[in-house]
Amino acid sequence: MSADTSTLDATERTRALLTTAEPRRRRTDRIMAALIWFAFLLAMVPLVSLLWTVLFNGAGRVTIDFLSYSMRGIFGGDPGGGIYHAVMGTLIITGCATLISVPIGILVAIYLVEYGRGPLARAVTFFVDVMTGIPSIVAGLFAVSLFTIFFGAGARFGIIGAVALSVLMIPVVVRSCEEMLKLVPNELREASYALGVPKWLTIIRVVLRTAVAGLTTSVLLAIARVIGETAPLLVAVGVTDSINFDPSEGRMMTLPVFIYRQYSQGLATCREGQANCVADIAIQNAWGAALTLIVIVMLLNVAGRLVNRWFAPKTR
Amino acid sequence: MAQRIDVKDVNIYYGDFRAVEGVSMTVDPKSVTAFIGPSGCGKSTFLRTLNRMHEVIPGAYVEGKVELEGVDLYGVDVDPVAVRRNIGMVFQRPNPFPTMSIKDNVLAGVKLNNRKISKSDAEDLVESSLRGANLWNEVKDRLDRPGSGLSGGQQQRLCIARAIAVKPQVVLMDEPCSALDPISTLAIEDLIQELKKDYTIVIVTHNMQQAARVSDRTAFFNIAGTGKPGRLIEMNDTATIFSSPAEKATEDYVSGRFG
Amino acid sequence: MTTTDSPPAPVAPVRRRRSSGDTERGFSRTFRWIATGSGALILATLAAVALFLIVRAWPAMTASEAELADAVPRYPDDTSFLAYVGPLVFGTLLAAVLALLMATPVAMGIALFISHYAPRRLAQILGYLVDLLAAIPSVVYGLWGVAVLAPAVAPVWTWLNEWFGWFPLFAGNVSPTARTLATVSVVLAVMILPIITAVSREVFLQTPKLHEEAALALGATRWEMVRTAVLPFGQSGVISAAMLGLGRALGETMAVLMILSPGFLYSFKILQAAQQQTIAAYIALDFPEASGLAVNALIATGLALFVITLAVNMAARAIVARRKDFSGAN
Repeated sequence: MSADTSTLDATERTRALLTTAEPRRRRTDRIMAALIWFAFLLAMVPLVSLLWTVLFNGAGRVTIDFLSYSMRGIFGGDPGGGIYHAVMGTLIITGCATLISVPIGILVAIYLVEYGRGPLARAVTFFVDVMTGIPSIVAGLFAVSLFTIFFGAGARFGIIGAVALSVLMIPVVVRSCEEMLKLVPNELREASYALGVPKWLTIIRVVLRTAVAGLTTSVLLAIARVIGETAPLLVAVGVTDSINFDPSEGRMMTLPVFIYRQYSQGLATCREGQANCVADIAIQNAWGAALTLIVIVMLLNVAGRLVNRWFAPKTR
Repeated sequence: MAQRIDVKDVNIYYGDFRAVEGVSMTVDPKSVTAFIGPSGCGKSTFLRTLNRMHEVIPGAYVEGKVELEGVDLYGVDVDPVAVRRNIGMVFQRPNPFPTMSIKDNVLAGVKLNNRKISKSDAEDLVESSLRGANLWNEVKDRLDRPGSGLSGGQQQRLCIARAIAVKPQVVLMDEPCSALDPISTLAIEDLIQELKKDYTIVIVTHNMQQAARVSDRTAFFNIAGTGKPGRLIEMNDTATIFSSPAEKATEDYVSGRFG
Repeated sequence: MTTTDSPPAPVAPVRRRRSSGDTERGFSRTFRWIATGSGALILATLAAVALFLIVRAWPAMTASEAELADAVPRYPDDTSFLAYVGPLVFGTLLAAVLALLMATPVAMGIALFISHYAPRRLAQILGYLVDLLAAIPSVVYGLWGVAVLAPAVAPVWTWLNEWFGWFPLFAGNVSPTARTLATVSVVLAVMILPIITAVSREVFLQTPKLHEEAALALGATRWEMVRTAVLPFGQSGVISAAMLGLGRALGETMAVLMILSPGFLYSFKILQAAQQQTIAAYIALDFPEASGLAVNALIATGLALFVITLAVNMAARAIVARRKDFSGAN
């Protein structure tokens, strides 16, 4: 380190300093990078495997007939029948849940964004978050307990399921609608007040209208979240093989519950030489219904994202 | 310790955008070099290429050569991590690690480089680095308290202590006083004068008086207009730049006509 | 942005009570009531859930052992109600904790991958892919778990049992069909990956650039930068993310119901069949056929599940909330 070392020495020393990557640190860095890539790829394994399995096993079963017949009068290994009743049940029950959840959810979001201050607002924010963690089966039990009081034990019909789904859906709607309303710039509200528009009209005409794309996305994604719920419907709505369009009367089938039911039936016993008997028809039905359900969920997700991308107001 | 930097015809890009072009300069060892210029002229960008910190921004890359004692920092076998260890950096806003104590902040770089350091060596290093940063007397009684509890000026000196604890060749400072009050600024400026005995120092500043006070040589950067690349207009002894610059633009800038 | 009430003006007190700055007349006031009422409805709903569960669970909690044993299928003779719920709680916790132990490191890896490792342009799309895992209905996970995962992991479980059988978790007679708690917790881990990833990712992305650059400028490698700047900053966020994941895993029904071959023991043998059962799956299995006191007993187990998940979620949210205060003060 003497002061009169020649330039060449200095260069060599510097080169040594700049190129000495300590192998151990570099190795640790590489290993961790590899592990982190691996973690991501690891998560893709179940996703790809699951989607592929459902597509592979379900594609053969999903036909026009499968989508347009119910399971009424279908027994054993009969390869007839379909999921029409379950699809309709899912649409009706989820639709009812949406009708209950969306107004409440949006109003709560409005409350939190436009009015919320003080302990009540803090409590609501906190418990909305806590509510997102309620197990779906507990929501089902709650709905059943509630309706038992009015209709007696053993009551099973679509609305009960819709109430159970609403308990799960409302916090999701609130949370995401709140985010959307917060995106509406304050200048718009103030501009409206300055024109003498009362607050409630400002909220409806200005805030909600500006955020409508975001709200639609929130609702679609929330529907996608609950449309695949099984346990609360199993508990609250029961099962049936027939078509039932009336959510206030009698049991209804839904797609997720249909999948579970068909899965738990297992193999049918076919007599030798029996025509029209497929031993694993129930499993095939389950896969076909699973494919239909996944397609519905994916469509809702894609629609939600597209709505937001295409119709979002260019405010920023 | 201190070493010279030779920059040869450097262009800096962010993706397709050329941010800085055609910079060549020499930074002398054991001296303070100041970069001045209007905002957006690329002086901070250029500073960050001297220790390859600009690579943190995706899409940024450099053409040309930056040599430390004749070794190209962008050579194929050069490790950017080693470059940053040898060319330390102090940032605009003080950034001690909030989860670490004052002592651990000083030792942060050393612990990365050299996992095992004996307790007494560590204590010696903490003391000498904090003394080097003129901070020892103020914090010696609370070394185990979090660094975020210090004042802004103290935090910045803590960051300087952290930078010199790894014993770099060069210390780069990116507007180190812009977030500080005048008294803290003076303390940092005094410190810079002390540090140049051991280190090569490059400082970016938007404050011309500061450049005049602390630096031996000054480089003036300018930009022809928005969207145009920044260029090095002129570099000379600080006294010359501020008294009789060669370029009209430099004179306009140092006399406060724009910027 | 929050406006606070202005300090009281030094004039004679006015009778009217004002809650906000502007005067509200007519429908504006009504609308405020409607919105506030909806907010209160959230609290009321949560209270109602608790209340109805308690009311309906009460008969079972107060019934005698003999009555319970008569009415409830699978009720062990001569046991108190707690002894009946106990193994279910145990199974629920065991499955969820195992899932959490598997999911958290992977989720942190994915979160770091998306926030700090993946190419910037790809990161968002890759994030969507992970979110897709959350979009898949649990009943489909159940199907997949039985049809694909269980056969795939069965040899792994056999191997574990052979070589690590001395370890309590891997002891016992390994089930050839792999319809055991081990397989269940793998599926649960996959199901809670997206939520843990999403929360951790947000926290990691919030790491101040300043701190990351400070670490890099000291000559840290990328991993060392993550370790010195990102992980300490994100610590509490990851903890609460993990607890949210735990909450999900505790309440998951269908995957457990379809995959697990249930038992009612306090058993750590996760490779053996017919050892444990979770509350949620137990309810889903027995509820459709239950009547009378059995319904009350099932609702009582549901109440236990509700209390556990509520505690876990409240703890997680409290940590998140405290974190917000902390970073706001900075």
